[in-house]
Amino acid sequence: MIVKVVAYGIARDILKSADCSIDLKEATTIAGLKEVLLQQYPDFSKLASLRFAVGEEYQTDSYTLVAGQEVVIIPPVSGG
Amino acid sequence: MEGIDIQLYDRKIIEREVEAFVYDPSCGGIVSFVGKVRDATQNKQVLRLEFESYEPMAIKEMRKIAQQVLERWSVKKIAIHHRIGVLQIEDTAVVISVSAPHRKDAFVACQYAIDTLKETVPIWKKEIFEDGEVWVAAHP
Repeated sequence: MIVKVVAYGIARDILKSADCSIDLKEATTIAGLKEVLLQQYPDFSKLASLRFAVGEEYQTDSYTLVAGQEVVIIPPVSGG
Repeated sequence: MEGIDIQLYDRKIIEREVEAFVYDPSCGGIVSFVGKVRDATQNKQVLRLEFESYEPMAIKEMRKIAQQVLERWSVKKIAIHHRIGVLQIEDTAVVISVSAPHRKDAFVACQYAIDTLKETVPIWKKEIFEDGEVWVAAHP
C-alpha cells in the first residue's frame, strides 16, 4: 500500500523533499509508516519527537491508513 | 465561536490591534503575551528566524486552544496572532491577548495558551546563524 507523506521543517530536510510516496508493504497503520520511515531515513530517529497528522488532526500509532491517503509528518514544533 | 480571533500571517503583528479584539465592558483585566525574536541562543548571535507552518492545521490547533481557554476559565475573549516568514531580531512572532472580568483568570489562561501553543501548534522556526542554521527544538 502506498501513501503520500508531506513534510515540514526538519522533516522536509530529512526527506530532501516536501512530499513523497512511501510504500508501506503490509503495514496499515501510522506505527507501520513510522517504522518504514525510520528504516529509510534513519535521521528521523534523532528527533525529539515524531508525530503524524491526517485530515489536519494528530493521529495515534494505531490509526489505520488507506491507500493513497495523505499523511503529514509533524517533527517537534517550535512556534511562539 | 464568538470571542475568538485566530490569525496566521506574514506581516508585522500590531500588538494594539490584537488586544483591541478582546476589549469588553465586562472585563476588568487584559493579559497579553508578546513573543519576540531574541538576538542570541546559548551565547550565539542569531541573525534572523524563519518561521513556517502547516497552515490549516496550525489554525485549527490554535482555535482548539482558544476554545479550551473559554471553557476552562472565566474568560470573555481571546485573540491569538502568529507570524510566519522571515523575522528579524526584536520582531514580534506571536501575540496572545485574553480578557476576563478578573485578572487572575486572564493571567492563568494566557499562560496556558502560550505553553500549549508551543507544544501542539504545527509551526516551526529555524535560527539562522553566521555559520549555519538550526531547526529549534528538533533534537533532544
